[in-house]
Amino acid sequence: MNKRYWAVTVAALLTAAACTAGPSPTPGPTATPVATPTPEPTVGEGEGQLSVLAWPGYVEDGSSDPAVDWVTPFETETGCQVTVQVFGTSDEAFTLYSTAPERFDVVSASGDASLRLVAGGFVQPVNVDLVPSYTEIFDDLKNKDYNTVDGVHYGIPHGRGANVLMWRTDLVQPAPTSWSEMFDPDSPYAGKYSVYDAPIYIADAAVVLMNTKPELGITNPYALDETQLAAAVDLLKAQKPAVGEYWLDYTKQIDSFTNGNTTIGTTWQIIANVLQGAGVKVDVTLPAEGATGWSDTWMINSKTKNINCAYKFLDHITSAEVNIQIAEYFGEAPGNRESCKLAKNPNHCAIFHAAESDYWKKIWYWTTPVADCLDGRTDVKCTDFAAWVKAWQEIKAG
Amino acid sequence: MTMVTSELPPPPPGLGRRSAGWLHRRPAVRLGGLLALPIGWLVVVYLGSLAILLLNAFWTRDAFSGETIYVPTLRNFEELISGPYPRITLRTLVMAAAVTITCGLLALPIGYFMARVASPRIRNVLIVAAIVPLWASYLIKVYSWRLILAEEGILNWALGPLGLKGPGFGDVAVWLVFTYIWLPYMILPVYAGFERIPRSLLEASADLGARSWTTFRRIVLPLVFPALVAGSIFTFSLTLGDYIVPATVSTTIFIGNSIFANFGAGNFPLAAALSLVPLVIVLIYLLIARRLGAFTAL
Repeated sequence: MNKRYWAVTVAALLTAAACTAGPSPTPGPTATPVATPTPEPTVGEGEGQLSVLAWPGYVEDGSSDPAVDWVTPFETETGCQVTVQVFGTSDEAFTLYSTAPERFDVVSASGDASLRLVAGGFVQPVNVDLVPSYTEIFDDLKNKDYNTVDGVHYGIPHGRGANVLMWRTDLVQPAPTSWSEMFDPDSPYAGKYSVYDAPIYIADAAVVLMNTKPELGITNPYALDETQLAAAVDLLKAQKPAVGEYWLDYTKQIDSFTNGNTTIGTTWQIIANVLQGAGVKVDVTLPAEGATGWSDTWMINSKTKNINCAYKFLDHITSAEVNIQIAEYFGEAPGNRESCKLAKNPNHCAIFHAAESDYWKKIWYWTTPVADCLDGRTDVKCTDFAAWVKAWQEIKAG
Repeated sequence: MTMVTSELPPPPPGLGRRSAGWLHRRPAVRLGGLLALPIGWLVVVYLGSLAILLLNAFWTRDAFSGETIYVPTLRNFEELISGPYPRITLRTLVMAAAVTITCGLLALPIGYFMARVASPRIRNVLIVAAIVPLWASYLIKVYSWRLILAEEGILNWALGPLGLKGPGFGDVAVWLVFTYIWLPYMILPVYAGFERIPRSLLEASADLGARSWTTFRRIVLPLVFPALVAGSIFTFSLTLGDYIVPATVSTTIFIGNSIFANFGAGNFPLAAALSLVPLVIVLIYLLIARRLGAFTAL
């Protein structure tokens, strides 16, 4: 057996052991923010290894499916042996990363984790000039709140997706066009709502409020002051009795839509594709009021010892050829604009709206809420992520 | 040549023999050495992790930066008695009690039948039937219930022609699944409890003119009660800590789900404080159970 696989197996076992062991006495991260260290001037020889923390499906080395492999060519080319640890949610990623601040060299962080990683000093600025692929990234993915802080880039955009509205076409008629269909306790579909199970879902309620209650003055669903958060919480509390299921694991949502336990809910395009492929009558839409979504960024650990491998990896993973493989395998819009013409399914980029900047203008990418309002207000403090976590607990406690 | 060797003194006893002799003369060291590993395991791994859990409950964590703040504070415990947590705790207690009572009511007739009525053949079949589900993966069993209770699942399909409908997902489903999953843990001690009752007592009761119900109420039930309490330790504490069943067949939050959610959100200290709640409840429960004589019936 290949040595590398042993390493991965051992790592997996250790991780499993660490997970079951519960809270460990490891000291917390030393959260001294990195005072803008000078990025590496050039990318040199690889250090021989690289440890990656990624969404499942982002870093495939052929072990899930021998035909799905974009890591082995990288290893052969650069000599950087890659080990991967996957995570299921942004919060899990952040916990894994922050409790072992030196373990992972690079991470694929969604916007609701990236800012926390920056603030905690866990990741370092990335010199985009050293990543040739960066020039090919869609412009509307660059310089966003969640990947660029005060003009300093903290990573390379990878891809994106929207949290769209899905419904069973045979059970929900007429076709819904607005999120408000999911917030009406008297709707005929009450009890059948499928809701994403994470504090960040509060932003979805805020998107609804932006339309139904303009007097609240919400201009960014991730910048909510006390009153605005309270309004969103009230809306979600009213929704709670009508929720058929909170989903986190996407197989759970697939199952629920298949057996009719939930008939309308917030989803990812890929889930709809899987359901349609299995013959379940579902359709999705991007409601008129817009939606939340996610955009992932490849970031580099501030304490990495494998900086050259990290830069090489960032360039490899966001290159047109690899980026489209991941986008097709995972089911998302690629970040690299040159990648669409390399797609195996010629319609892939059309299905996922990869190049439609008008589509993405309606998307509020997941961003970690912080006390300094993201919408630029300075006369008021916004509620931070800790407040959202607490609010979500209260909503779900019923 | 042979002369020379025979003149050598006998070789000194080897290290193994010497240490064996040394140990033989010191029974305390012998016992200590034998128990060091298992006791060490118990103390370090079980009690040690509990101690760390307790310690963690006094820290706080900055949810945004992920920094644990190592300043002892009671903030986590204040949060336990405010906000949604008292409600969640009460709900969990009620569920644990409901599951325990249901398991008890189901286990009594089954245990009685197995111990007193069934032929040895049938008894063996029943014991196997009670134990076999414990071999199946917990997750498989929970997910099977998802399929059974689902809107377009087996139960609704079977009840449909009668114009009836299953409970669907929700609190009733949680109660059903918990009862199903933990029932074997109740049946086995109750069966053993019935088994221990001497037949002569039942005969004496009959001789003295007691009807079967009176015998059951006055003789059998008091004698089997400690076994019931012993079984309830399992059903009660297992329900108290579980989070997978509620998360799979309902949207309701129990203590376990709160711990899981806080853990997932990176708030270890609050999760640690929450974990102490079921721990304290179970400790109190064990004290009561000991009074009721459950420990001798385990």
